[in-house]
Amino acid sequence: MKRVYVNEEWCLGCHLCEYNCAFANSGKPDMATALKGKPIYPRIHIEENDKISYAVSCRHCTDPICVKSCIAGALRQEDGVIRIDREKCVGCLTCVLVCPYGALAPDGDGVMQKCELCLQNSCGEPACVTGCPNRAIVYEER
Amino acid sequence: MSAVDFIFPEFEVVRNSDRCIACRVCERQCSNKVHSYNEERGAMLSDETKCVNCQRCVSLCPTRALKIVKSDCTFRENANWQPDTIKQVYRQASSGGVLLSAMGNPKPQPVYWDRILINASQVTNPSIDPLREPMETRVFLGKKPSRTERGADGRLKTELSPQIDLSMPVMFSAMSYGSISYNAHASLARAAEALGICYNTGEGGLHEDFYRYGKNTIVQVASGRFGVHKDYLEAGAAIEIKMGQGAKPGIGGHLPGTKIVGDVSRTRMIPEGSDAISPAPHHDIYSIEDLRQLVYSLKEATAYKKPVIVKVAAVHNIAAIASGIARSGADIIAIDGYRGGTGAAPTLIRENVGIPIELALAAVDSRLRDEGIRGNVSLVVGGSIRSAADVVKAIALGADACYVATAALLALGCHLCRTCNTGNCNWGIATQRPELVKRLNPDIGSERLINLMTAWRHEIMELMGGMGINSIEALKGNRMMLRGVGLNEKELGILGISHAGE
Amino acid sequence: MKLEGEVRIPSGCAIAAVISREGKKMTGELITNAMKPMHDRSNGLGGGFAGYGIYPEYKELYALHIFFDDRTARENCERFLEKRFEIVQSEIIPTRKIPAITDEPIIWRYFVAPLKSVLASVQLDEKAFVAETVMKINSEAEGAYVFSSGKNMGAFKAVGFPEDVGEFYKLEEYDGYSWTGHGRYPTNTPGWWGGAHPFTLLDYSIIHNGEISSYDANRRYIEMFGYKCTLQTDTEVMTYIMDYLLRVQGLTLEEASAVIAAPFWSTIANKPSEEDRRLNTYLRTVYSSLLVTGPFSIVFGFTGGLMALNDRLKLRSMVVGEKDDRVFIASEEAAIRTMEPDVGEIRAPFGGEPVIVRVKEGVEL
Repeated sequence: MKRVYVNEEWCLGCHLCEYNCAFANSGKPDMATALKGKPIYPRIHIEENDKISYAVSCRHCTDPICVKSCIAGALRQEDGVIRIDREKCVGCLTCVLVCPYGALAPDGDGVMQKCELCLQNSCGEPACVTGCPNRAIVYEER
Repeated sequence: MSAVDFIFPEFEVVRNSDRCIACRVCERQCSNKVHSYNEERGAMLSDETKCVNCQRCVSLCPTRALKIVKSDCTFRENANWQPDTIKQVYRQASSGGVLLSAMGNPKPQPVYWDRILINASQVTNPSIDPLREPMETRVFLGKKPSRTERGADGRLKTELSPQIDLSMPVMFSAMSYGSISYNAHASLARAAEALGICYNTGEGGLHEDFYRYGKNTIVQVASGRFGVHKDYLEAGAAIEIKMGQGAKPGIGGHLPGTKIVGDVSRTRMIPEGSDAISPAPHHDIYSIEDLRQLVYSLKEATAYKKPVIVKVAAVHNIAAIASGIARSGADIIAIDGYRGGTGAAPTLIRENVGIPIELALAAVDSRLRDEGIRGNVSLVVGGSIRSAADVVKAIALGADACYVATAALLALGCHLCRTCNTGNCNWGIATQRPELVKRLNPDIGSERLINLMTAWRHEIMELMGGMGINSIEALKGNRMMLRGVGLNEKELGILGISHAGE
Repeated sequence: MKLEGEVRIPSGCAIAAVISREGKKMTGELITNAMKPMHDRSNGLGGGFAGYGIYPEYKELYALHIFFDDRTARENCERFLEKRFEIVQSEIIPTRKIPAITDEPIIWRYFVAPLKSVLASVQLDEKAFVAETVMKINSEAEGAYVFSSGKNMGAFKAVGFPEDVGEFYKLEEYDGYSWTGHGRYPTNTPGWWGGAHPFTLLDYSIIHNGEISSYDANRRYIEMFGYKCTLQTDTEVMTYIMDYLLRVQGLTLEEASAVIAAPFWSTIANKPSEEDRRLNTYLRTVYSSLLVTGPFSIVFGFTGGLMALNDRLKLRSMVVGEKDDRVFIASEEAAIRTMEPDVGEIRAPFGGEPVIVRVKEGVEL
């Protein structure tokens, strides 16, 4: 299955992936309208310390502990992709607690969100990947 | 600081506040610290005094909120005292030093390539479609015998002096590891290998990781002898003795100690932090016969298995110099024109010393033919070869191949901001700062170089096909395929071409 | 208007040739007639022929055919020749007045032998000396042009249609074991006799149909070795290339063909024999500037043989036929059938494939 992978060697810590992600999932026609003057809730985020930086998003584990632990049945595995049903989420944060990567986080409304590989939006392929200026984030079969 | 020291910034950073989302990408990406975020106002600010117009922020801004424009703050207009000249005086009055610049001469001196037009077939002879017919761009560089010999068995003796075998008549010219980054070198090496051409180490030695690209590498021996040892000489497809550089004829080089770090120091074989100073001349070459000794020393050291290139800057009596080099055992002569690039050169030298490569090439090719020795050596020219058209014109004037560096850097992301000497290259090219170097991913860099050269090769083939030529050697020195426009008799005479309409 | 030589004039053409492998003589009428069905391939601005074996009585002497503008030019040239050669015989080349051929120059021939004393002083072999003399006259002597300089062979050319040129020179009175003929179709020319084909140097002659795109690359290279391309024609530069490769460099005809119509690199790489690959790589590398591109079909004449060659893409027509001892070459089959109606199979050689025909060994030429 194709997944999003991050090559730390080429990550510049520019944070463009976060903005591209937030915009891709905003449903808005342009980035300024979508993000200007608002806090953003991207599903990928940069971990950085001094000169090291890398992006982190859902690994789409084959044996996903988040799915097992979701008390509301909002998380499910679909063709290998971990999807979330916002309607079912009760905001208990159990998934946040169990995810070893910190790949889940609540949006502004307290509902959980996570990377769904841009399959649910109009991008077609992950926006973080297409927007990465240094090919540090790739979408590939490994 | 005197009030005169203040020079109004050359550029303005124009930020469209309707578009700016304050993502701070510009701030993170600017090594010159032009951009900053003001928490209180929740807005981005810019300090244009630091801007070099490298376009990194413009390229990465996700909302296209940024542009860099030339400032319209002017001195009183004066055709004689141009703004650049006035500013140079202020800077020198302030510092007392020689002013430095990077990359090629930006002055509006004539570009002869743009005054030369290429022919095409009509009626009397068919043009050839490179998509349907074979079209050959392969070139061998090296010494050719003036007489073919036959053995006792009647067969021709087919032993040749060592040659460089190129898939197309273009090579990446010398840029040292130190002046450019590890990733820039990796990109060049990988692209050269994939393309079947050569790149050139420059005088910074060869990083141990790149020995595997040896057959696509030209190793340079320059006046500082940095990084030169037996394995290095044996590693490449050819050895280049650098006598001069088009951007700074008669001048040596100086890589500041701050860039001599880690691998750069090891590769150059000099202590970390020490300045790498290449003397202006080779101190063992004060005359043509000394050059001959170095040529043969290098050949001896490599068992006559490597062709030796002698690279010189295009200066006034270049034809005589080239003729001397041809008779000094060199297999290939490389000539670098005065518009050639550099990592750092005194501004004054860059803009006032040397001659255009077009004229130098034409003069040298004609001279070597007059002396009947053009067939014995190969001729490579560089110093602002900007496109496939320039390559075709250079070959038709008489070159065997071209050296290309600035165009290659542009492919890697260079925006010609001409501040390589600061070491803060935002594109990860002319820098040794690890956080900047990593901005050039060689996967992308090599791919872009391959694309550029592939595109050029296609264009070269199209131009050749238009002329009814299906092999690059039939274009070499084929000056009848060229015509000048707007050139005077003298210029046409030196170029050895007719005027358009003739 | 600029004269030929001052400006390069592209042209299309008709070629024909015949050779007897037995060395049997044929009159020049045969080749003259061969040009007739190809009339439309010429435009009346140049025609010519070369015959081999036509001067058996003077076969040890160089036969210089020279055009002169006027009597002064001839006298000056003769004075120059006397310093270098023993002139055994000098005469006007016999011609026939016909309406189709006008404005003829003064046309003479000289049967000469280089003076031994001069040869010794210039340290050149005989052929190099004659070649150099021809270059000198053609580039420096006002109003004189040597258009043939071989032993026991001669070129005959003029401005006009080839069949008329043949009649003009009374070619039916010459007997040769091989003949080449040419009709020219220049795009524009003031019409100068020297510009017609064949172009010759020593006993080498070339007739050529085509317009080579490598012209200036070839010219500038070959001029390094003492040749002077005064006419700016393809034929001239081709002749010099052949002379350089064969006489100066000592290559065989096959090797010379592999230089001027070199196989593509991909073809070389696929050759089964390592020796072939090495040889072809060597020739292409060393003589890269003598690769000829653009359309051409040529017939190269030399003492005892002919070689026909097309450019490597075969951008010009050329066919070959045989009957008994005779081999025929022409731009069009019709020309061959005029010479020999019963010719067998007509073959079109591949681009770059030399067709070499020699008179059998031992035959007295």
